[in-house]
Amino acid sequence: MPGSCVSIRVFPGRGRYDRTLMLRLPRDLHLQMVAHCISGLPDEACGLLAGDASRGTVARLYPTRNAAASARVYSVDSRDLLQADRDAERSGTQLIGVFHSHTHTDAYPSPTDVEQAPDPDWHYVVVSLRDTHPVVRSYRIAGGSIEEESVVVLGEPVHAGAGATA
Amino acid sequence: MAVAVDVRLPTVLRPQAGGQSTVTVKGSTIGDVLRELVSEFPGMSGQLLNEDGSLHRFVNVYVNDDDVRYLESLDTPVKEGDEVSLLPAVAGG
Repeated sequence: MPGSCVSIRVFPGRGRYDRTLMLRLPRDLHLQMVAHCISGLPDEACGLLAGDASRGTVARLYPTRNAAASARVYSVDSRDLLQADRDAERSGTQLIGVFHSHTHTDAYPSPTDVEQAPDPDWHYVVVSLRDTHPVVRSYRIAGGSIEEESVVVLGEPVHAGAGATA
Repeated sequence: MAVAVDVRLPTVLRPQAGGQSTVTVKGSTIGDVLRELVSEFPGMSGQLLNEDGSLHRFVNVYVNDDDVRYLESLDTPVKEGDEVSLLPAVAGG
């Protein structure tokens, strides 16, 4: 993805932080995710993650359309959702989470995110584009409570133009 | 004319169906299929339909490749061999 050379800061933040939970994200997918969020500006962008739910390892990333086309809310396009779900199943994995951007706020789930989180086993990734550097954080949301988890980026740094794909 | 259709369930609904990923139910429209599902698996009731019988906004229902909200919603007809898929809507702020 050309022009997607960004530096990422990942750090634990406020609230509950569970060190046993983790999201493992290959570096190229991490960059693709952030690039999709940036390309969605000024609206929020979103996409889906597939892989191994219990280990939190992401194997595939599906950038999707934001059917809400809004800077404040997102709704994964329903047809993109079905296609991603089928593709994940065909590849022997399953959808394990969703990412979306916050264009002007922290990388922390909003009340709407918590209210609409359907699956306690999913990983809810928020990419904040408020500051110069995108901030990527991941959460589990169950019964209205939010637990932050570590985001581990796997693999060597990818240099711009290397064109690495999974 | 009621026909039997396969309904693919998302992981969050499978416990309510004894762990099955696909169930077969009868109906002639999507509304029939969902009401039949709820009557067979009452644990799904609040997740599929509202108290007034309308489609819950946090669930997506598909006939084959199409979201029924872009068709005739609960009145969308189903025919022999159609595959119905349910997925929780993914949205937030």
